[in-house]
Amino acid sequence: MPEAAAAPLDDPRPPRKLYRSSDGRWLGGVARGLAGHLGLPVVWVRLAFVGLFMAHGLGALLYAAFWFFVPLGVGGVGDQKPPSFVGTETLPDGRRRLVTRKPDKGQIVALLLMVVVAVVFVGSVNLSGAAKAYLVPAVLVAAGVALVWRQADNARRARWVEAGRRRRTLTFLRAGAGVLLVTAGVSGIVVLQGTAQLGAVLQAALAVLVGITLLAGPYLVRMSQDLSQERLMRIRAQERAEVAAHVHDSVLHTLTLIQRNAENANEVRRLARAQERDLRTWLYRPEGTGKEEEDEPATLADAVRRTAAEVEDKHGVPIEVVVVGDCPLDERTSAQMQAAREAMVNAAKYGGEGGAVQVYAEVEDRTVFVSVRDRGPGFDLDAIPADRMGVRESIIGRMERNGGTARLRAVPGGGTEVELEMERAEKTA
Amino acid sequence: MSDATEANGTVGAAEAAGTGASGERHVRVVLVDDHRMFRTGVQAEIGQTEQTGVEVIGEAADVDQAVTVITATRPEVVLLDVHLPGGGGVEVLRRCAPLSADTERPVRFLALSVSDAAEDVIGVIRGGARGYVTKTITGTDLVDSIFRVQEGDAVFSPRLAGFVLDAFASTDAPPVDEDLDRLTQREREVLRLIARGYAYKEIAKQLYISVKTVESHVSAVLRKLQLSNRHELTRWATARRLV
Repeated sequence: MPEAAAAPLDDPRPPRKLYRSSDGRWLGGVARGLAGHLGLPVVWVRLAFVGLFMAHGLGALLYAAFWFFVPLGVGGVGDQKPPSFVGTETLPDGRRRLVTRKPDKGQIVALLLMVVVAVVFVGSVNLSGAAKAYLVPAVLVAAGVALVWRQADNARRARWVEAGRRRRTLTFLRAGAGVLLVTAGVSGIVVLQGTAQLGAVLQAALAVLVGITLLAGPYLVRMSQDLSQERLMRIRAQERAEVAAHVHDSVLHTLTLIQRNAENANEVRRLARAQERDLRTWLYRPEGTGKEEEDEPATLADAVRRTAAEVEDKHGVPIEVVVVGDCPLDERTSAQMQAAREAMVNAAKYGGEGGAVQVYAEVEDRTVFVSVRDRGPGFDLDAIPADRMGVRESIIGRMERNGGTARLRAVPGGGTEVELEMERAEKTA
Repeated sequence: MSDATEANGTVGAAEAAGTGASGERHVRVVLVDDHRMFRTGVQAEIGQTEQTGVEVIGEAADVDQAVTVITATRPEVVLLDVHLPGGGGVEVLRRCAPLSADTERPVRFLALSVSDAAEDVIGVIRGGARGYVTKTITGTDLVDSIFRVQEGDAVFSPRLAGFVLDAFASTDAPPVDEDLDRLTQREREVLRLIARGYAYKEIAKQLYISVKTVESHVSAVLRKLQLSNRHELTRWATARRLV
């Protein structure tokens, strides 16, 4: 059923993000960016905006909203000439400077088009005298805001091009002009307001506030966007450093030890096993659980793994552990763990030549089952002298005292398996 | 999981030679792993073609190479590493899906990885691999697994059996399509024995069924694992903070 299996696999592509296009743009790069995102020709999008503009200026509002919220990015529709208009050239004195792009035909056309459309729009709207008085200040405010917003874009682009150091004065000039325009427009509105004393002051304050928000808005939005991106990068770098530190501390250390003990096969094997286990624990454990601390295990799965690790280290026999389910340790299961430990030690001691010892633990609704199995020579249970305490007392006796059962299967030549079963204490959860 | 010891691979290889000599089994295999050392090691473990019947007809070190080699040579079994440059074993499985769907000469995949993390295991099994063994496997067992996969059966390592048991056991809330997702009592029993490290032969003896029956149970588990609803597995994975 491979088709059936292939179907539900996750789509690995990351979600696409909308950017304004930084190259080949006429005004803010909104149309190009949008066209690239939607996979449509740019002309369609531009026409749509112009069309919407006719509908009571909705297009302009939309365009402004996109310009405000969508970050400037590289890309858009990639059908045009390479972005050669913003580049660097090397001056005779060795410095590099930004080559200003020359306004191309498209931009001039766009500008003319905008003026025409704006004139038509203003002409078509039937304004009363009072509203007309507000028009000039409003246009002033709009122009100022536009200037400042463009500034924010330029700052971003300069960072990619890595050449934005110069032309500081122009930057300040632009920003200053924008602030001036907005202030003029806002005060114009306030002056036109006329006589009413308190209301006028309040409105003036409000107008200034709105003006400031409009001016600072784009910077704030972009700053928060940049900030979150930088935070992400920092977290990644930190993680990488942590991995590197751990690899350095433990893995390299172990490899050195292995080189030094190259003749001693058993020691090498023991070191490698211990390191492998350590690395696995470190890589696959969820964050913050048992990475460093050496306290008592709190859950059964943890206890089984730790016991197996200790026996493995002590006796140099690999122990493979499979745990299904988990539950908190209580008195009974602790006793079961001790019995299991004894079984593991026995398996490692007497059955270790047959290969890895297999430990399987399963937590069921009412019982906990542990099986320890080796591939050693096996033995005859009845043939063990009565004074030998290991199996009888430490495993069978301990289990029975705590209300569990232990079964031994020891086929000569076929390995030994110890099965431990214990009732779980009443569920607390 | 036969009697061969894991500790000394040379013994395993020698025994592998014994396994293949008895029959005239033959299988063509492509090895996909980005570590050249490991590919060489596997070749040595598998042993001589005339003795074990396993013929390595191609190797690949990344996803693109693997797809090219597999398409060109049409092997019967692909030994596939999980972590590969270019998208991993899952990507190879995805791009080779039409080949493995072929009813005439299907290409089957056996994942062979050093990782036994649950997300890797479940990922390739759901991607369509017919089995999953870890790289600590002995030569004998590997040869055995290759033939098993060639015949269309599933091969589980104890750890994988543990994951599957865990996945199906821990979700007690009623699933949407109960018949499809639940393991039968018998399948669960078989899985438990695999998790305890029993070989298929030993399981058959213990449950008084034939080896073929054991294999069909395991294949059924594999099928259910692939078809079990996403919701359940996702929840299982999130509960263990794997995703």
